[in-house]
Amino acid sequence: MIISEQWLREWIDPPLSTDELAAQLTMAGLEVDAVTPVAGEFSGVVVAEIVAAEQHPDADKLRVCEVNTGDDTVQIVCGAPNAVVGLKAPLAKVGAVLPGNFKIKKAKLRGAESQGMLCAAAELTLSDESDGLLELPADAPVGVDLRQYLGLDDVTLELGLTPNRADCLGVMGVARDVAALNGLSFDRSQGANVEPVSDRVLPIEAPASEGCPRYLGRVIEDVDPTAETPLYITERLRRVGLRAIDPVVDITNYVMLELGQPLHAFDLDSISGGIVVREARTDETLTLLDGSDVSLLPGTLVIADHEGPLALAGIMGGKASGVTAATRSIFLESAFFAPHVLAGRARQYGLHTDASHRFERGVDWQLQHRAMERATQLLLEVTGGKPGPVVEVVSTGDLPQQPALTLRTARIERVLGLPMSQERSQAILEGLGFAVTPGGSDSLHCVGPSWRFDMAQEVDLIEELARVQGYNQLPVSQIQAELRINPAPEAEKSIRTLRRGLVARGFQEAITFSFIAADQQALFAPGVEAIKIRNPISSELSEMRSSLLPGLALALAHNLKRQNGRLRLFETGSRFLMAEPFQEQRMLGLALMGSRASENWTEQSTRVDFFDMKGEVEQLLACSGGSVGFERAEQPGLHDGQTARVMLDGRDVGVLGTIHPQAAAKLDLPPHTVLAELELEAVLSGRVPAFEDISRFPETRRDIAVVVGRDVPAAALTQAVAEVAGPDLADLRLFDVYTGEGVAVDKKSVALGLTFRNNSRTLDDEETSVIITQVVDYLKEKFEAELRA
Amino acid sequence: MESLEALKSTAIEAIERAETPGELEQLRVDYLGKKGSLTGLLKTLGGLAADERPKAGALINAAKQELADRLNSKRATLEAAALNARLEAERIDVTLPGRAVDFGGLHPITKTIERVEDFFAGMGFEVVEGPEIEDDYHNFEALNIPAHHPARAMHDTFYIDDTHVLRTHTSGVQVRTMEARQPPLRIICPGRVYRCDSDLTHSPMFHQIEGLLVDDRSSFADLKGLLEGFMQAFFEQDDLAVRFRPSYFPFTEPSAEVDIQCVKCRGEGCRVCSHTGWLEVLGCGMVNPKVFEMSGIDTEKFTGFAFGLGVERLAMLRYGIGDLRLNFDNDLRFLSQFR
Repeated sequence: MIISEQWLREWIDPPLSTDELAAQLTMAGLEVDAVTPVAGEFSGVVVAEIVAAEQHPDADKLRVCEVNTGDDTVQIVCGAPNAVVGLKAPLAKVGAVLPGNFKIKKAKLRGAESQGMLCAAAELTLSDESDGLLELPADAPVGVDLRQYLGLDDVTLELGLTPNRADCLGVMGVARDVAALNGLSFDRSQGANVEPVSDRVLPIEAPASEGCPRYLGRVIEDVDPTAETPLYITERLRRVGLRAIDPVVDITNYVMLELGQPLHAFDLDSISGGIVVREARTDETLTLLDGSDVSLLPGTLVIADHEGPLALAGIMGGKASGVTAATRSIFLESAFFAPHVLAGRARQYGLHTDASHRFERGVDWQLQHRAMERATQLLLEVTGGKPGPVVEVVSTGDLPQQPALTLRTARIERVLGLPMSQERSQAILEGLGFAVTPGGSDSLHCVGPSWRFDMAQEVDLIEELARVQGYNQLPVSQIQAELRINPAPEAEKSIRTLRRGLVARGFQEAITFSFIAADQQALFAPGVEAIKIRNPISSELSEMRSSLLPGLALALAHNLKRQNGRLRLFETGSRFLMAEPFQEQRMLGLALMGSRASENWTEQSTRVDFFDMKGEVEQLLACSGGSVGFERAEQPGLHDGQTARVMLDGRDVGVLGTIHPQAAAKLDLPPHTVLAELELEAVLSGRVPAFEDISRFPETRRDIAVVVGRDVPAAALTQAVAEVAGPDLADLRLFDVYTGEGVAVDKKSVALGLTFRNNSRTLDDEETSVIITQVVDYLKEKFEAELRA
Repeated sequence: MESLEALKSTAIEAIERAETPGELEQLRVDYLGKKGSLTGLLKTLGGLAADERPKAGALINAAKQELADRLNSKRATLEAAALNARLEAERIDVTLPGRAVDFGGLHPITKTIERVEDFFAGMGFEVVEGPEIEDDYHNFEALNIPAHHPARAMHDTFYIDDTHVLRTHTSGVQVRTMEARQPPLRIICPGRVYRCDSDLTHSPMFHQIEGLLVDDRSSFADLKGLLEGFMQAFFEQDDLAVRFRPSYFPFTEPSAEVDIQCVKCRGEGCRVCSHTGWLEVLGCGMVNPKVFEMSGIDTEKFTGFAFGLGVERLAMLRYGIGDLRLNFDNDLRFLSQFR
């Protein structure tokens, strides 16, 4: 909502500067987003009249004009096609300064002297139109400064109104609030009614009384089709961003901007029979003013005649019944449409109009007569015509009703922390138009004015008190609360601990979008039904991620393109799985790319591989309190031979693997990129440590190397050793895997270090040897293992 | 006894000449060992007259002691020299870069969320989380935003189906908490939220932290005190001006927007604050009794307030980040600045 300060001050003129006024509005909840001068800076421009015009002898497109400046007649060379005798137009005299600090000097154009410049609207930044001189009205006083004549020393205030303040969608409403804020009185009288001079009426029925509790119509015959909108109206419309169209439409717009009541004018001759306000019927269509054809939806409120729909009620008129240059008689509508019936309707048709914006939020339901009279009065001034009587159809029961609210003095203090006297509350609310009666010593009975649609409960009144009092005048205090110890299970690691741990291990946290492109999704989860967004911002962000891996892979690629080839990333966040109901699972994603260590002089750089990531995963789960396992697996997007499922107590809690070469190629990632994704819940699971006695006796270590088939998984070997080595096996390490010379092609040598310890005695060599023999025999039996010499 | 003197001076000379601990050891064996020369002399004492024995014995023992001392002292000298030589040989260039696992770092958004959480945790607020795909009821209806309410236009909502949306705020978590528990409640709800809007200053995904306090005593004055204190602590500026402006949210009444004095220009007016001297940083208000009613909380007994702040906005102001989109590019050159 944009309003002109001048216009506002015509209604209410508080002793405040422009900046103070803007600040006051902002601090009262009518936020001023911008204060903009209505015209650029210029000086030395006056109203002038062309008294003679001749063709320039040496230029086809130029004219040499004699121009009356009020004190003088000067010669001006002008190229505008409308520079004709009798035209009044702005003249920048010699010495004038136009916007952009453009100084006007005496000049010669093709030999003819020009003592100034006649101006187009664009040259004065009054509009974008530059085809011809700005035509001033015939009664414009020659010689008067243009700024003064047009009242250009004005600013517009752009208000960012919240949806509850529809009452301020007109100059009058803002003025009403300004009056209350400054304790000024506000004239709520509506002025004299226009006396009808004809008895022509159009029958009105409004069977859809819930949506249209009040409908006023008036016929005005014999309007002058050649009339022009007065400059003060077009100029005000321009300032708030509306284009002048024709006098009737301009005046309905003007009244809407002034009072907040949208009006509509029909061409009387296009209406057949009478007006019917009803719901649309199936299969009805309508061509709107903007030329679009719409099929009317059930529930839509229409203004119809006896043949069919004429307009979308409260949204937009129809083309066929609109006012045109040929219109001789009009039917003027001033109605109240109920917000709850209009809500969302315009959007169903992809429309948002000045009218729908107001009706959806709520137009004062007592305003229709006043707006009708105001518009009639302006129309008679501009277009003339014979007004008929106002016909009103009203369904009182369907009009909104302001609830009678009780405002308890004690409650004010409870909510605001500010004690406020009954007198003060009453004064504030009455200033805002409320009907207030004392309800005893500790409360007030209040009924809101018909322009407020947000007064449903006591606390709404309290907000008004706070607003007028000024939020910054309200006291400040500190919360007082009962403090309690909150539970904090030690067996659950905090996500902060996890993040800190990862950061210490060199991981950088990433945050990627929760929605990704379908093809990225397909790369890691083909065939999985993803949760799709109905109205995505783009196809790149159209599906909810079913895995964190695509996002991390893209982050790697983004960095690689920027010469950052070594990356260790993690992200925590939800993945989304199609289920009933939708499933969200918090995950930890990890990604490694590039060399293992950052570039340094002490060791040769080696690239990360599967086992770097596996080591990270093992570390993350080491304190989970459960048994951790890895199983060979295949998963889309990951390398078939270098992928493992991560098991915690036999439950699948995630995956890790090298990126699949094809996925790598598609994403422009190097093949040695390793990814992992784990359930966050598993990673955060922990245990409460339980102390075990430390043995006072020395431990003893034996190393063995066994040759087994290449396909025997290392985990199977270590598991077998653990099974047979007995309770004194304190530690088991796999410290070498060897293939090559001395070992058959289909075999590998695996070296294991076994550490033994007993809590109550020192183990002697002999019993250790016995266990080793048992281990070797068992491996022989199970895997045909040979002890390597 | 001349032989003792001769033996001793030969030995002393040999000890002085010795260059390695090995040579010294050999000398010790040669002179003082079981079969050493001095030990041998002691054995000859038996051939002396009984009255001469003690004197001769004492002389030999004195010589033995002297040699032992000289051996030890020479050994210490040699060892010290050897150690010095070794240390010299092992000298390194301490100015070469060290070898380490580089620290990673947290995302500035996470860093900011954690800081905010800490301030409120200190005031007894508990962190609560909830679903990002939210049902219409918890995202809108229960917050007094019925279908077709104009306020819905303020939320450019991503829809999943007829009844589910990507949450447009984390307020749904507050509703769920109020449904499940009775006051007193002090919670904050951080998390990802979504709006169907993408340009220089809007990201379709961003982060919010919403707070809720419900008890039998709190007022708007407490809300002012809490948020003013928070803003001053967050920006580490004790005199940071904070102002409250009336606004409108369906779920709070009275509602307020909170502005802080521009942290860049300290209110002088600059590009960051669009030359207003103020920065809009959060929305808040007293919980609308209608919201309490829907969640089954006694509106007479309890009052409360709620607030919501944009994490990206806070992080960008705090760290001077100029472009919102940098937050989600995950460019290492950006991320590594927040270590």
